[in-house]
Amino acid sequence: MNDLENAVGSEVVSNAVEVSNLVVAFGDLTAVNDVTLHVDYGEVVTMLGPNGAGKTTVVETLLGFRPPASGTVRLGGLDPRRDHREVVARTGALLQRGGVWFPMTPTQVLELTASYYDAPRQPGELLELLDLSRCARTPWRRLSGGEQQRTLLALALVGRPRILVLDEPTTAVDPEGRQVIRNIIRGERDRGCALLITTHELDEAERLADRLVILHQGHVVIQGTLDELSGDPEMIVEVSGPVEPQQLADLLGCVVVLDGPQRLRCATASSVQNIAIVTTYLTSVGLSMTSLRTRASLEERYLQLIATERRDLAS
Amino acid sequence: MRAWWAQTRAEVRMTIRRGETLLLTIGIPVLLLVFFSLARVTSTPTLHRVDFIAPGILALCVLSTSLVALSIATGFERSFGVLRRLHVTPLGQRRLIGAKIAGVLVTELIQVVVLALVALALKWRPHGGMAGALEVAALLILGSAGCAGIGLLLAGQLRAEVNLAASNGLYLVLLLVSGIVVPVTSLPGALQKIVVGLPPGAMADGLHRVLGLGLAPSGADWLSLCVWAVLAPLLAARTFRFD
Repeated sequence: MNDLENAVGSEVVSNAVEVSNLVVAFGDLTAVNDVTLHVDYGEVVTMLGPNGAGKTTVVETLLGFRPPASGTVRLGGLDPRRDHREVVARTGALLQRGGVWFPMTPTQVLELTASYYDAPRQPGELLELLDLSRCARTPWRRLSGGEQQRTLLALALVGRPRILVLDEPTTAVDPEGRQVIRNIIRGERDRGCALLITTHELDEAERLADRLVILHQGHVVIQGTLDELSGDPEMIVEVSGPVEPQQLADLLGCVVVLDGPQRLRCATASSVQNIAIVTTYLTSVGLSMTSLRTRASLEERYLQLIATERRDLAS
Repeated sequence: MRAWWAQTRAEVRMTIRRGETLLLTIGIPVLLLVFFSLARVTSTPTLHRVDFIAPGILALCVLSTSLVALSIATGFERSFGVLRRLHVTPLGQRRLIGAKIAGVLVTELIQVVVLALVALALKWRPHGGMAGALEVAALLILGSAGCAGIGLLLAGQLRAEVNLAASNGLYLVLLLVSGIVVPVTSLPGALQKIVVGLPPGAMADGLHRVLGLGLAPSGADWLSLCVWAVLAPLLAARTFRFD
């Protein structure tokens, strides 16, 4: 059991975050419909989805901003509305539209926020960790978008949380800042923290997530590890010119389809033997391999899933 | 306690550093005190104009800080997502509201000292002695609680921009009808009764009686202030929204 795994009374709670059959409605609009997901301690789960998918509504319900119409949400086994004080003492959150008093500097707001917790992290340590030392005395209104976002992340970390809920943490952050945030996220996971992250950045999700949950129009389209989401083994081969797939299918003994004029999708694993078969064949027809990927990227899979969903809903 | 104290210090620091708040809480009351004490634009029931104006301006201090400045600042804190972020920290609603009220009281203490010094410089002769000072403190504290409750109620219900307009409008109306610079007796009879039922009116009336006439505040003043001091903060706490 991880050192941060949580215990409530004598009951050991295995899931840090637990969302069961959650329904959230705003008047007649059902923003979240029957969503079920969980995050374990020492795990990063990323919620992906287009605008209006319901990601932020799930996060806000988890943090006690709104009640579920039905279903349950639990953080460390606790109800975020009934047990709000206990929940926020062990949870760090970075919210969209979460702000700081304009005249305050990162140092001042970190020191103030640290005073809310019993055993906070040192503000100076967090400023250094998040590369904020240079702007530590700059008022909030003069910080760049990336500096503000990193300050908000520092505020989420100051109470030594066991659970982190981060809503779009890399929004408006430059590549250097993203690297800093990624390292923090990995570090928190490694010390046993449970992380639920929402993002539009498929690349970020692919780099960080242990598991992914794809939401669309308020419900879960699919969830699982990156490998599970990517489906069966597949070789995606880009070639230097137009190619006929059937001969290659016969040689490989699997289905090969054209996915664009110079791209082949081969329904087989990318073993050394299979790669050799492909290169030999391409050479024999006067072509060469320009790139090889072993499975569809998350982006391709995501777009495919969302397109299928839209078609299903339309029909 | 540590969190509450740190938050209170932050609230006071931010209030003092906000230029527009300083104008509202110190600048305008000083200006009105000097102007209405020296210019004969209204009739006053006291021999020296400043003896009527100064107690009224003390009530205005409470109105400007507890109701208007608190309401506007809190409304914008909600609009800028500050309250939203605080909701996911262990500070909690009670300590936040407690810190805001403590911050208001500290600001008012500064206001009262500054205004009293300016009024004394204008030859203000307050009545009441030590017992009067205690009554004045009680009137100001009860009035602050009632006004703060109303301010937080507005901030919790209205959009920041609407709240800004509503609070400023309320400030102007209450300044004119609460017996602060114009005696309540100059108002129509029905309006007089309504005004004394509101915290600024009851506070101004009580302060005029104690500091201007050397009398005790009326039972109606105490009743009105006590009811508002309990009900308005309770209602504000029940309806307060972080988001």
